[in-house]
Amino acid sequence: MSTPHDSHQELSVSGGQAQPPARFENPGLHEHKPRQADVDPRVTKRVERQVLLLLTLSILGTIAVVWAYFALPPGDTVGSMRLSNLVLGVGLAVCLLGIGIGGNYYIKLLMSNREYVEERHEIRSSDETREIAVQMLKDGGEDSGLTRRGAIIGAGVTALALFPLSLLVPLIGNVGEDWNVRKFKHTIWKKGTRLATDPTGRPIKASDVTIGDVWHVIPESLEDLHEGKLDEKAKAVVLLVRLDPRDLKSDQSPEGETWSHDGIVAYSKICTHVGCPVALYEQQTHHLLCPCHQSTFDVADSCKVVFGPAKRPLPQLPITVDDEGYLVAQGDFAEPIGPSFWERATK
Amino acid sequence: MSDLKTAPSRGAKAAGATADYLDQRTGVGNAVKFFARKVFPDHWSFFLGEIALYSFVTLLISGVFLTLFFVPSMAETHYEGPWPSMNGVEMSEAFSSTLRLSFEVRGGLLMRQIHHWAALIFMASIVVHMFRVFFTGAFRKPREINWVVGFVLLILGLAAGFSGYSLPDDVLSGNGLRITDGVVKAIPIIGSYLSYFIFGGEFPGTDLIPRLFTVHILLVPGLILALIGLHLFLMVMHKHTQYPGSGRSNTNVVGYPALPAYAGKLLFNFFVVFGVIALMAGTMSINPVWNYGPYDPSPVSAGAQPDWYMLFLEGSLRLMPGGTEIMLGSYTLSLNVIIPAMIVPGILFTLLGAYPFIEAFATGDKSEHHVLDRPRNRPFRTAFGVSLLVAFGILVLAGSNDLIATHFHMSINDITWAFRVLIFVGPWLAFLITKRICLGLQRKDRELVLHGHETGRIVRYASGEYIEVHKPLDAHERWLRVQHEAIRPLEIEPAEDSRGVRRKGYKADRLRQRLSQLFYEDRVEPVTPAELAAAHAAHGHHDDHAVETPHGVPAQVGAGAPASETAADERNH
Repeated sequence: MSTPHDSHQELSVSGGQAQPPARFENPGLHEHKPRQADVDPRVTKRVERQVLLLLTLSILGTIAVVWAYFALPPGDTVGSMRLSNLVLGVGLAVCLLGIGIGGNYYIKLLMSNREYVEERHEIRSSDETREIAVQMLKDGGEDSGLTRRGAIIGAGVTALALFPLSLLVPLIGNVGEDWNVRKFKHTIWKKGTRLATDPTGRPIKASDVTIGDVWHVIPESLEDLHEGKLDEKAKAVVLLVRLDPRDLKSDQSPEGETWSHDGIVAYSKICTHVGCPVALYEQQTHHLLCPCHQSTFDVADSCKVVFGPAKRPLPQLPITVDDEGYLVAQGDFAEPIGPSFWERATK
Repeated sequence: MSDLKTAPSRGAKAAGATADYLDQRTGVGNAVKFFARKVFPDHWSFFLGEIALYSFVTLLISGVFLTLFFVPSMAETHYEGPWPSMNGVEMSEAFSSTLRLSFEVRGGLLMRQIHHWAALIFMASIVVHMFRVFFTGAFRKPREINWVVGFVLLILGLAAGFSGYSLPDDVLSGNGLRITDGVVKAIPIIGSYLSYFIFGGEFPGTDLIPRLFTVHILLVPGLILALIGLHLFLMVMHKHTQYPGSGRSNTNVVGYPALPAYAGKLLFNFFVVFGVIALMAGTMSINPVWNYGPYDPSPVSAGAQPDWYMLFLEGSLRLMPGGTEIMLGSYTLSLNVIIPAMIVPGILFTLLGAYPFIEAFATGDKSEHHVLDRPRNRPFRTAFGVSLLVAFGILVLAGSNDLIATHFHMSINDITWAFRVLIFVGPWLAFLITKRICLGLQRKDRELVLHGHETGRIVRYASGEYIEVHKPLDAHERWLRVQHEAIRPLEIEPAEDSRGVRRKGYKADRLRQRLSQLFYEDRVEPVTPAELAAAHAAHGHHDDHAVETPHGVPAQVGAGAPASETAADERNH
């Protein structure tokens, strides 16, 4: 590799000096090269024709949109709605892209592409300007006369700091309705409220529920509400499952009571994680899966969490049957339903 | 053409008179003088921010159309209209008017779809633009404040997207709101009250849609508009950054004048962006709320995903094991919600927003930077950015774990566990790999500069020796690879002065030095003229033989040289 031999080529960087510089030199701008369209009139003509074509397409696109507006109403069928949307959309796209692509194409190929160099200036103002600015501020402060009157500054700052309260108190006071967050802890389930199907509101007989069935349940009394129906429904929805009583390992009822009826159990449908409706039931494993974040609850075992981001079991609705054989609640849930909140476990 | 050279035409006279009228009243001549031939550097990646701007303009145009027909009310109504499956169904005015807008207002569906697609593209282009700025170091002094403005715009974009997504009051967005309610309630002490604050009482209440409407069409877009103004003002004031290259330096700006090319591109790019969005809206259905149905707290569908920019939160929530909810006496602290929904995104976003300041602290650099970095030349920063993106990507995938499970027939529990591990391992691995790739690319650059391009031509000398002819880089090719500054770890004064007295501020300096070492210990420095001369001397001159290929052959970069244990051995002294 080290065979010495002659060369007439010199390294440009060494420049024949004894000491090479510490850094390379910026070689300066590339030589400006003309484009084909700059030198070949046939290419220029061709590009001009293409730009004209694109702009003409745009005009046709606008005409197509206006025509489609009148000629293709959305109508009553899925097909006519789709067609209307498609023609309007494609027409608008042609109208816009014709202008956009045509213009850019023209700039790219026919407009001068010579690069210019501009000097930058330091962003900061000069020392002189700074001095003047500082002096101006000082003069302004002096003229205001406030520098000598500390009490007025203090009172002024306090007044300004307090003033937003006059707006915020009415705003915040009103915005949260009655601020009674204890409502989170109760639902409209009461002793004797019949369990009804969601959304028809038909009460459910225990004998109608067969093993393996899953019922989406609302309280029958929900229909009687005139106001806040969705608010109450959001808390009261329940999932009803009938298991083979031999499969039911446990439920949440305390010693000496029973909250289930012959293998029928009812659990709140609102996930204890962040409140999605837990709606996917797997018959084989008795697992309930929340489709939002995949918290999994074991219906056969007090709805304990077996996987996922929820911590607490779904609260159980104590149920029994009334004289006519309809499923009814023994009372409200024993604990607040749904996602955790700070005061959840307080009295 | 000949007309212009003779007497001014009537049109030109009229234009002159108008300009005179305006200038006497506004001094617009000064503005034209300032702007008309102002030089803007050009690069395809500078278009990314433009896409964000133009999709925002598209959002404003389509949004105004939508407000004329949308009814922001949660009052109950029953639908009557051409969509048969919803006939007679009880729903809110908001949902009913969305259906009317989709099926009865001509072009309404197109506008809805334009609005939604534009929102997705708006967020995507903000994120891509932001990472272009990140990886090229465009956030360095004097642009740190503009980075923060852009960061706030990202957050506002999320707020705009979220508030708008919920407006139709369909079951999918309603469940999203319910999740929001659950997250808000998890906030310690004030959570329940905050939930009341947002919903005007219990979830869902009847105030939310009107409130979101005001947020979505007034508050957030107003703030976004104001900040876009500030963002662009600062951009013009700083003059745009430029990529490194021949003739470009920290004290100049090389590019095209505002008139005509740059302004023309600005204008026509708007039409391109709007046009592409219109094409998407015309051909691809998005958010078909008529299939989901109105909000009802009971049903939910599986495989429901929020818009992409919210998926990371969803994924984060899915990964957290539930056992982390704890009791403080009789108070509940839902760490299983607070950590994934607030702390993790909080950390990711804080790191992103504060990065320019962290890097400036570690670099100890106070000078202005107007020439962009090639990402390979800042291995720590590039690796850090990639690991942030990987963390974000893993959370997005985790937010789709149910879809992965059903599409690939895998156990959802296994997938979740895999992501629980990956969220820790993935970003770390991504960091190491990216840093190695950067160092490898830098070595490749050095090798190219020192030894030139391989030509594949073997020459035999009279002595019998075979050599391969290398073609040296021309000055332009070489400049690109040697122009950057090599940043070395900071050196600090010792803890004790000459008299053995402990120095004040040593601890802060020590922290800064540690950070600096983390950033710049591993590095490959650019070739100096002395090194190049030495390499040529060592090789003899046969590299320079028989170079007939035209110069300007694209440099072979990309295949990194095998990375040795550490890059420090390449250091110069």
